[in-house]
Amino acid sequence: MERFLNVALPKGRLGEKIYDLFERAGYGCPSIKEESRRLVFENGERGVRYFWVKPSDVAIYVERGAADVGVAGKDILLEYRPDVYELADLKMGKCRMAVAAPKGFRDDGSTTLRVATKFSRIAKDFYSSRGRDIDVIHLNGSIEIAPILGLSDVIVDIVETGTTLRENDLEVVEEILPISARLISNKASFRFMTDKIGALTNALKDLTEGEK
Amino acid sequence: MENKNALTGEEIFTGKLRSLFTSYGYKQYKMSKFEEYSLYGGNMDFLVSDSVITFTDTDGKLMALKPDVTLSIVKNDDDDLRTVRKVSYTENVYRVSKGTGSFKEIMQCGAECIGDVDVQTVGEALTMASKALALTGWRYALEVSHLGFVRKAIEEATDDPILREKIAKCVGEKNVHGIDELCRGRVDKEAAKRIESLASVSGKIGVAAKKLREIGLDGEEEEYLAELESALSSLAGAGLEEAAVDLSATADPNYYNGVVFKGFVEGVPESVLSGGQYDRLMTKMGRRSRAVGFAVYVDALERILENTKEYDFDVMLVYGGAVSAEELSRKTEELRAKGLSVYACRTPSDKVKCRERVEI
Repeated sequence: MERFLNVALPKGRLGEKIYDLFERAGYGCPSIKEESRRLVFENGERGVRYFWVKPSDVAIYVERGAADVGVAGKDILLEYRPDVYELADLKMGKCRMAVAAPKGFRDDGSTTLRVATKFSRIAKDFYSSRGRDIDVIHLNGSIEIAPILGLSDVIVDIVETGTTLRENDLEVVEEILPISARLISNKASFRFMTDKIGALTNALKDLTEGEK
Repeated sequence: MENKNALTGEEIFTGKLRSLFTSYGYKQYKMSKFEEYSLYGGNMDFLVSDSVITFTDTDGKLMALKPDVTLSIVKNDDDDLRTVRKVSYTENVYRVSKGTGSFKEIMQCGAECIGDVDVQTVGEALTMASKALALTGWRYALEVSHLGFVRKAIEEATDDPILREKIAKCVGEKNVHGIDELCRGRVDKEAAKRIESLASVSGKIGVAAKKLREIGLDGEEEEYLAELESALSSLAGAGLEEAAVDLSATADPNYYNGVVFKGFVEGVPESVLSGGQYDRLMTKMGRRSRAVGFAVYVDALERILENTKEYDFDVMLVYGGAVSAEELSRKTEELRAKGLSVYACRTPSDKVKCRERVEI
């Protein structure tokens, strides 16, 4: 018998929406909706096994082969650069990676720009592509507070609705790139389960293709 | 008598690889651990990681601990076009490990053929690669590509080197939506579509060839297909399973060209074998010879090659105070003669586990 397709889903609201998409694509697993503390759910008939992990860990599970496929945000893929295939844009969890600064801030390019962010690599790549000298201040949360306290000039972060920024008197200065959830696959798994992963990819693409 | 326990899975496997290479006429090549740094300085992109351990030799020369073997083999080759040199190696190389970010000693086994390399030689390399994977004893897959198709399509689509590189990266990630986004408004629609279609060609060679002909091939591309088909036919000749063609498989176009391949073994999440034709590296190093070769990453196979042993040794030989050295020696030899491993001690150790205990 062919082995189960292991799927790593990101815990949380987005993960549940993504599971719904998998279910609509024909890869449902009813027991997942029952209240329980279990972390692993199987559908023997379809040969799929789901498990919930921290969103930023999905790419690690997939790269290391503990999961054959998974769903991770483009932000995570750009920041950690896991060696995986990026098979589809699921067009969910849409947001933007952007540069934000206190209202009225002007970067005249005369000093090293201090950038606070969780996404050091993305920030470095963005500014180095335009030859701007920056000082990256890596923070793990509450990035918005950095410019208010004078820790940084600007921040590079994910912007969904912009409410948090507005409430802290910050505004988007520049958009770096749009972000959405991507279906990723382990490279070796793809080789051994080509048909299964291909069928799943196509079924998900059929559902998301129409969406903009 | 030989004791099977004495060899690790890795050692047994490297031994098998060596005899495989020898059976195809590849000569074992032994080299020094050091190399002048200048050899790597100009070819950083060829290396898997761009960090090299360096030190200054007694004569002031900047030296490096080998991060790669191929470059050294090419450097020492006499560039004779009339014939081929077939060499194999089992060497430790020093590279930055992705996980820890620090240097690691990695065991690498490989085979290289340099000189008048023809399609038959490329096929022989593919055959050896396939057999090397089979030696692991696990289910394996060999993925074969010809770099010409996608490279040509990208070069025809745009002159912008940065865009070319970005598109190639998306091709390698099977990221069709990414190619779409990159090309929008910057590349002719037809040209973008062609890259996407070529990058999606995969399957057995028969299926792949049919898909390629549907996309439409010009004279040059027909040649690529012929090269690919004839290299793959060597596998059939050797009675081996068909390999999977996947044109999205990429390798650095500054070094590699033509047929390239990667090997996977079930149970290992990354590729364990990688190789192909590297005529471009040869040209870069001022050689006229052509070359093909591959390396097996033995360290990546460690987990599937090693079995956790239940016991350290067969017999724990516990001797009392009255037993003379001669008596103990005689008993030890008696057990060893039966092919058993013996751990002799006066007081049993709880750190050593033996299958049975003999007291004298």
